[in-house]
Amino acid sequence: MTVTWPLKANAALLLQPDIDTDLIMPKQYLKGIDRSGLSDGLFRPLRFLADGTPDPSFPLNHSPGNEAQILVTGPNFGCGSSREHAVWGLQQRGIRAIVGSSFAGIFCDNALNNGLLIVELAPSEVSEIAAAISAMPSIQITIDLARQRIEFGKDSLDFAIKPERRNQMLKGEDRIAGSLALARQMAEFELAYSIRYPWLLAKP
Amino acid sequence: MGLTLYEKLVERHCIHRFSDDELLLYVDRTVLNEYTSPQAFTGLRKAGRSVRRPEAALGVIDHVNPTDPDRVASMGDPEAELQVAYFRRNCDEFGIELIDILDPRQGIEHVIAPEEGFILPGMVVAAGDSHTTTYGALGALGFGIGTSDIEHCLATQALRYHRQKTMRIEVAGRVPVGLSAKDLIMHLVHALGAAGATGHAVEFSGSAIMGLSVEGRMTLANMAVELGARGVVIQPDDAVLEWLAGRKRVPQGTHWQAMESDLCNLVSDPDATFDAVHCFDAGDVSPMVSWGVSPDQALPVSQAVPEPEAQPTASRQEQARRAIAYMGLQPGRPLEGLEIDRAFIGSCTNSRIEDLRAAAAVVKGRQVAKGVRAMVVPGSGAVRRQAETEGLDTVFKAAGFEWRQPGCSMCLGMNPDILGPGERCASSTNRNFEGRQGAGGRTHLMSPSMVAAAAVTGRITDVRRLGVAR
Repeated sequence: MTVTWPLKANAALLLQPDIDTDLIMPKQYLKGIDRSGLSDGLFRPLRFLADGTPDPSFPLNHSPGNEAQILVTGPNFGCGSSREHAVWGLQQRGIRAIVGSSFAGIFCDNALNNGLLIVELAPSEVSEIAAAISAMPSIQITIDLARQRIEFGKDSLDFAIKPERRNQMLKGEDRIAGSLALARQMAEFELAYSIRYPWLLAKP
Repeated sequence: MGLTLYEKLVERHCIHRFSDDELLLYVDRTVLNEYTSPQAFTGLRKAGRSVRRPEAALGVIDHVNPTDPDRVASMGDPEAELQVAYFRRNCDEFGIELIDILDPRQGIEHVIAPEEGFILPGMVVAAGDSHTTTYGALGALGFGIGTSDIEHCLATQALRYHRQKTMRIEVAGRVPVGLSAKDLIMHLVHALGAAGATGHAVEFSGSAIMGLSVEGRMTLANMAVELGARGVVIQPDDAVLEWLAGRKRVPQGTHWQAMESDLCNLVSDPDATFDAVHCFDAGDVSPMVSWGVSPDQALPVSQAVPEPEAQPTASRQEQARRAIAYMGLQPGRPLEGLEIDRAFIGSCTNSRIEDLRAAAAVVKGRQVAKGVRAMVVPGSGAVRRQAETEGLDTVFKAAGFEWRQPGCSMCLGMNPDILGPGERCASSTNRNFEGRQGAGGRTHLMSPSMVAAAAVTGRITDVRRLGVAR
């Protein structure tokens, strides 16, 4: 997905800790062989009440949260299953960036591989942004990836991101092509490895 | 300064270094399943790329297949059928060995891959399932990846890799008699939290870890992802070699000897430093039961559902209230005595032969309680056959358990094995997330012998209260 940076958009608050990928994309949406149709499954257990009606308290169910392109999340967002469908579903719903205090490792890699920006901040910084959104739900948040800065109202915060991830997101690089371009290093490695650890490289 | 075992494995597999922490990492093996791989193969086709080392990948159908006692080739569900058909075509066209549904070896990927001798000490194994951490038990570095990295790995036999922080979790003493690796890892997840190891590769060490059987170590390493661990290693020892000996794909002759001699290198140096160290004593471990909807929401069976107000922050209190409501519980309600509707023994955490032996020892001479539906889903065809050789199937069936065919089954309910809304299940699985075993289903994680005790009494029970056949 192509995102033009900086991103200026509404944000929705989803501060519940430990939102797992089963909640983000439940199993009944995992049986495709492509990436389509996942928007419908996004946060399904959270979006609906037990009687099947939409939960009015869920932020993505009403304005302005339903137009949000940024999510502000609680700790350990995306824990559990490795299912990349969670990331695809978020993107199909229009989410371009997630801001939170901590993210599960596989989810974070999946998101960045797909161009969904993950911004990790200190818990107090997340609280600061959350307070600004709570005070004015229609507030526009700007994420300037090149300058590594989030602006909300009159306030702003700097964030850290691995340089290679930032560059990949800004340039939309094909990571596989990048690795394949290291063919010479790969060939040298595999030769040395096969001499040193022949039992590992032998045909199993 | 010395290196940790994790750092040594990363060094060995470093093809190219982009910066201190960023590298191209060689991947020795991957295991593929039908549900996380389809879009990776589509991506390869679109880019006109091939699989660099098809022999380093093994395909397994395990997530969507039914587990009815009489095995059939049909998935019974058109979407699952399509997924499996596409997986067959992908393995066939890219030259990857597939363990298909009617293959006598079929089962859960993390049970089969070690059984096949496909995973060896010193390897890096990355695969499209979070429980790939299991392979740490064999002295390999195992970690889960998503579909885009499966594609990367298939095309290049490597991953762009960011070096993780290191954590050692040291457990002294011995796991008490009657308890298991499951109780130990649930104790650790409870103590450290569901994000306790996020951003870290975890090395487990100490006498309690090395005193576990290799299968027990697999249970432990498997569920370390419930700590947030981004990779797991356990120093491989003679027990690992004994466990591997004679398996189908293991190195032969001089290659086996070379692997054996290399074992002494697969250890953290005495002066190695970790970014974090946690120490525990196995003597403090009790039979554990989860009460909530996150694996760290668990307590010793003797305890009660906690008061949400005891949680440290407002959001944690709200999380606990939501979990207690979802689970149909009340604060202060003792865990022991909670009536169950279902009992499930299976999953990549607890479906190996030792798990089935432990459960059968509890079940022997008893009956599944009235109103409880109890299932055993062995981890693989080999486990199922071994259990039948030992007569464990007879024990389970005589007691009223369903003796089923292998698969992931009701661990995540991608197949027809699911809980109904509100059903309460004693489960030997790894995740008690909302809806994980079926929309509205209520999962209580515990060890296989604790599930057996719950099945025969109809309620959550401290297995140590029941006499166990030896």
